[in-house]
Amino acid sequence: MNVDNTKMMDIKNIVLRFGGVVAIQNISFDIFKGEIRAIIGPNGAGKSSMLNVINGFYHPQEGEVWFRGKKRGSMKPYQIAHQGIARTFQNIALFKGMSALDNIMTGRFTHMKKSIFSQIIWAGGASKEEYENREVVEKVIDFLEIQHIRKTPVGALPYGLQKRVELGRALAAQPELLLLDEPMAGMNVEEKEDMSRYILDVNNEFGTTVALIEHDMGVVMDISDRVVVMDYGKKIGDGTPDEVRNNQAVIDAYLGVSEH
Amino acid sequence: MSADFLYTIEVILNGLMAGVLYSLVALGFVLIFKASGIFNYAQGVMALFAALTLVGLQEGRVPFAHLINAVFGTKVHHFDWTLPAIAAIIFTILVMVLFAVLVEKLILKHLVNQEPIILFMATIGLAYFMEGFGDLMWGSDVKTLNVGIPQGGSLWFEDFTVGWAAEGEKFYGMYVDLLDVWAAIIAISLVLFLTVFSQYTKSGRALRAVADDHQAALSVGISLRVIWVLVWSISGFVALVAGMMWGAKSGVQFSLSLIALKALPVLMLGGFTSIPGAIVGGLIIGAGEKLFEFFMAPIIGGATENWFAYVLALLFLVFRPQGLFGEKIIERV
Repeated sequence: MNVDNTKMMDIKNIVLRFGGVVAIQNISFDIFKGEIRAIIGPNGAGKSSMLNVINGFYHPQEGEVWFRGKKRGSMKPYQIAHQGIARTFQNIALFKGMSALDNIMTGRFTHMKKSIFSQIIWAGGASKEEYENREVVEKVIDFLEIQHIRKTPVGALPYGLQKRVELGRALAAQPELLLLDEPMAGMNVEEKEDMSRYILDVNNEFGTTVALIEHDMGVVMDISDRVVVMDYGKKIGDGTPDEVRNNQAVIDAYLGVSEH
Repeated sequence: MSADFLYTIEVILNGLMAGVLYSLVALGFVLIFKASGIFNYAQGVMALFAALTLVGLQEGRVPFAHLINAVFGTKVHHFDWTLPAIAAIIFTILVMVLFAVLVEKLILKHLVNQEPIILFMATIGLAYFMEGFGDLMWGSDVKTLNVGIPQGGSLWFEDFTVGWAAEGEKFYGMYVDLLDVWAAIIAISLVLFLTVFSQYTKSGRALRAVADDHQAALSVGISLRVIWVLVWSISGFVALVAGMMWGAKSGVQFSLSLIALKALPVLMLGGFTSIPGAIVGGLIIGAGEKLFEFFMAPIIGGATENWFAYVLALLFLVFRPQGLFGEKIIERV
């Protein structure tokens, strides 16, 4: 957790509309290099939309995204992946028919550069590249302690393990910025603790910057360096977990105070 | 062994060989269907177009000769050169890759996220366009294709089997066409290659990934458009192999596009999403229709080959709608 207060990402005045519905209303926040940044808020607050803007699935009508000190133009999601941003999904988006190993191997896609011709004839470096990347993947598998399910088709795995494989796929990309969309949704206490530990380890050992969304305040407050709170598409709080916990607007949003 | 038994074996053998060609066409359908959910009606026409291009290049025909002659009053038809088979095949592969790029740029790109039926209609349009375009480009005469694959009955196999019949029975050995044997060998190699490619290369995994989940594929850096070009190129290559075999067997003619229809029952049998299914389905249809013709034609009159495959597919649909190897259809309520 070597947060050095240089901005990895700066999000400025984002406005996102779907037809007449405003999903994100003029939100700005930044993500420091090396920190764990959480975005929390009640259901429908616009958290996932925010992540989809960062990852390029949604293009905001207004506002700017700055990444590594440069303003980002209009980019496709796959191009953003090549910039070093990996993500997981709220409703697990794994390649169901493929084994856990193959799923995590797809995470190495951006690191494999050999031409299609080289791949076809399995020469000219393609096989070497395959083995090298396989080693990285094996390390990820060891790290997440999922050796025993390497060859299992992920569709057949229980929910908690699927979540872990999905995290593995994102980690395999060795991203600079890791986006996690509700990594603990639907998990029991023990699984939540495991997942928290993995997120902290990734951040500590590899120095990966993490931006995560959570619906539930509990665990997130423990592992995050700073927290953005969203409600109805607006930012209502931003600061350290302690600051956010004592913020009256945040308390109201979570406890549901009537507006007189 | 009795001669009748040996005849039956011979019929099955030839049926299996014919089935290989059905499998090859079905394989092209499966590849595109798996990767993009599109039922590519144009697969048969792609086989025809590839075969036409192959013959045209090999014989040094002038493309669009009729058009050029009509407009400029010239009488061109052939260039002075002919190409060796291997060079013509390589150029045809390049043409099929170019075709894949154009399909992506001109059609698929504009139909992203449309209903499957819209894409299906687009491929019907594509099929008829290509048929016309192929006609305009290379002419509609029946062409003979010779890429150096051995043809005709195998004398060795006839001699080998002639002694199998019991003493005194009339049996002259089994007839197997060498071309069919080669088609089978090439088809098997093709399937092995595709399997290895999809398992152990980055692009192969990307193909499977896109088939499973578009959003997740994008999130790991896979460009859908590149994958579509790739999968249409591979299908184009498979179409070329099918067109080459079929063309060598019965001449390159426009009825070749109708073989696509025989691939339909094969797909129903094998499942739309399974490569082994396409192969096994083709073999079953091939052997099944020859056997049925052999035994039933004398009883109910001939020409059963025209309809038998469809009836078999219909029966399969009733009892196993996902096909032999297809993914099981489960609806969660």
